Amino acid sequence: MNTQKQFKKQSAEKAHDQQHLLKIRKAIRTYDEKVAEMKQAQFIDWPAARKQAGQIKQYVLENWADLLEQFESNMKENGAEVLWAETAEQARQIFLEIADRHKAKKIVKSKSMTTEEIELNETCEANGIEVWESDLGELIVQLAGEKPYHIVTPAMHKSKAEISKLFHEKLGSVESDSAEELTMIARAHLRQAYVTADIGVSGANFLIADPGLVHITENEGNIRLTTACPPVHVVIAGIEKLLPRLEDLALFLPLLATSGTGQQLTGYNNLIRGPRAAGEADGPRKMYVILLDNGRSQLHADPKLRIALRCIRCGACLNACPVYKTIGGHSYQTTYQGPIGAVLTPQFRGIAEWHHLSDASSLCGACTQVCPVDIPLHELLLENRRQSDEQSNTSLFWKQSLKIWAVIMSDRGKLNAFHRAAANGAEAAALLLPHETGKRIPKLARQTFAQWWEENEQS
Amino acid sequence: MNSKHVSVFIPCLVDQVYPEMGIAMIKLLRSFGYEIFYHKEQTCCGQPAFNAGQRKEAIKVAGHFVEVFAEDGLIVSPSGSCTAMVRKYFPNLFEGHHACETAAALGGRVLEFSEFIQQEDLLNKISGKWKGRIGFHNSCHSYRELDIDDFPLRILKRIDGVEPVRPPGEPVCCGFGGLFSFKFPAVSATMARSRLEQFFELGLKTIVSNDPGCIMHLRQEAKDKNMNMDILHLVEFLERTTKTI
Repeated sequence: MNTQKQFKKQSAEKAHDQQHLLKIRKAIRTYDEKVAEMKQAQFIDWPAARKQAGQIKQYVLENWADLLEQFESNMKENGAEVLWAETAEQARQIFLEIADRHKAKKIVKSKSMTTEEIELNETCEANGIEVWESDLGELIVQLAGEKPYHIVTPAMHKSKAEISKLFHEKLGSVESDSAEELTMIARAHLRQAYVTADIGVSGANFLIADPGLVHITENEGNIRLTTACPPVHVVIAGIEKLLPRLEDLALFLPLLATSGTGQQLTGYNNLIRGPRAAGEADGPRKMYVILLDNGRSQLHADPKLRIALRCIRCGACLNACPVYKTIGGHSYQTTYQGPIGAVLTPQFRGIAEWHHLSDASSLCGACTQVCPVDIPLHELLLENRRQSDEQSNTSLFWKQSLKIWAVIMSDRGKLNAFHRAAANGAEAAALLLPHETGKRIPKLARQTFAQWWEENEQS
Repeated sequence: MNSKHVSVFIPCLVDQVYPEMGIAMIKLLRSFGYEIFYHKEQTCCGQPAFNAGQRKEAIKVAGHFVEVFAEDGLIVSPSGSCTAMVRKYFPNLFEGHHACETAAALGGRVLEFSEFIQQEDLLNKISGKWKGRIGFHNSCHSYRELDIDDFPLRILKRIDGVEPVRPPGEPVCCGFGGLFSFKFPAVSATMARSRLEQFFELGLKTIVSNDPGCIMHLRQEAKDKNMNMDILHLVEFLERTTKTI
């Protein structure tokens, strides 16, 4: 089954899955309440904050090459090795070479969508390297053999009872209905990983060009351990993650925490400057930063879509999206779900195969409204649709239907003739179609407005 | 009676499916003292094709719209979504096209019905009687593309006895999205049902909106799920309740 058919099937199944619907909406309602409260509590002027954040990220996009070079040279000066990967395959090869160099058999990972993007787990497993996910949500989906359901909260779709059962089955723990106890089970399981892993792998929330820092945000403390305990730390980050200056975090940290999880600030914020320096007692001896392009430069070259690279992966657009809230994260079958995923995936992975994601939106604009870096997401979906049609991906049915429609709708005489012919035909057509589509065909009025006007208003 | 003129833009959905909405709007406008100008060549703004990414087809229809309305002053429409198409998206659609300037200029002159009431300061011309709570469904395009917020509620409050209610977290999409509802019918239907349930749970069985697209979609879903709800256009509700007509 191709990606489009699969998406249609899965999204329809989820739309009918009442239990799934209730679970997701409940989770997102809690998020909504926290976000609304936090926006009020810590921003005097939220619209101005998101405008400013958007402008800073736009500055990054306009000065991209310079800032990347600045980041690279500062990190090198701090003792880190910076490596460039043009494609996911190159990133995987670079990582495997590093693993080989350090004879790594076991890695511990913090939550990172970029490593999902390059399918690092699968690569490691295929090469005999054991992967331990240290983020609670990631651990849950890893144990369940699933992909993340959401870019920020990967196990949003799992209830406490499901997690308890999963831990019982996979980790041999006693069942529990307490979130705290479940967290302690995961914690006990993971502690051994930090001290025995050969490499700690993380993503990055922000790459700070001046003075050369990797910033990673979290709530569990696992990133601190992942990036500090093992002898080698590898950062894998998209090249759009830049921020110009350290002081930009003063805006971006509360912005990301508010939009991502409805927090004032996340529990831990890690600023990593490089590997263990001379005279320091701990920290990894070696640090690598793999900078991933994988379609980003190409997107940057598109003047209309470039703005999507502002994204800081807060997940707010997913939580706001009525389609996401109906079909859930797994239906997308992509690394990035929801509106931002529907913008990026067709561009990163091919519009012919993925344009249906851009089509699967009512264009309500909720995503655009909540985006903390002011990305006009629904307009970018429209741009994807335009490109898709231009590249002849529109199905023959819709292409022909709208061609005929355009001929009728650009000529009042033809529209009048259509109405006469279709008044009865539409009902017949509705009966021939499956109920779900058929019920969408409106019953035409006996008399159009134009006819009414002609009869009643014209002398 | 003054002799102000206003042109009306009757969207295709109103023309073909809900002419009563167009008629109600005209009656109201006349009761406010306006003479109506109706171009009988008008058809559609082109939004279905534009939203589908099919620009060639969109420009053919939108181009016709521009030709028909180019010379008009103020143009009123009973649809927030179609108004948004003209005001917000014509400049994008006609980029590089010879009619670009004319098309873009139209955006400032096409007004959704409640915008027209606000701009022309007609609020105090509305009065009437009704009894009960009413759910207001603001269309996404009205709110997010046209910045129409609570003005339609202020219009509703002009009717004695009306208590308009907006469910929390507004606006929430009805799931219509034009061709989206045909391409992903199950998803679209669930979105509509969720929206209806939101009103239903608040005990609201009369719902007023300013967008024929949302109204059609919600009515179809209410009928399909046997939900006994009265879903009306703002102009229809005013026609039923105002004293002026």
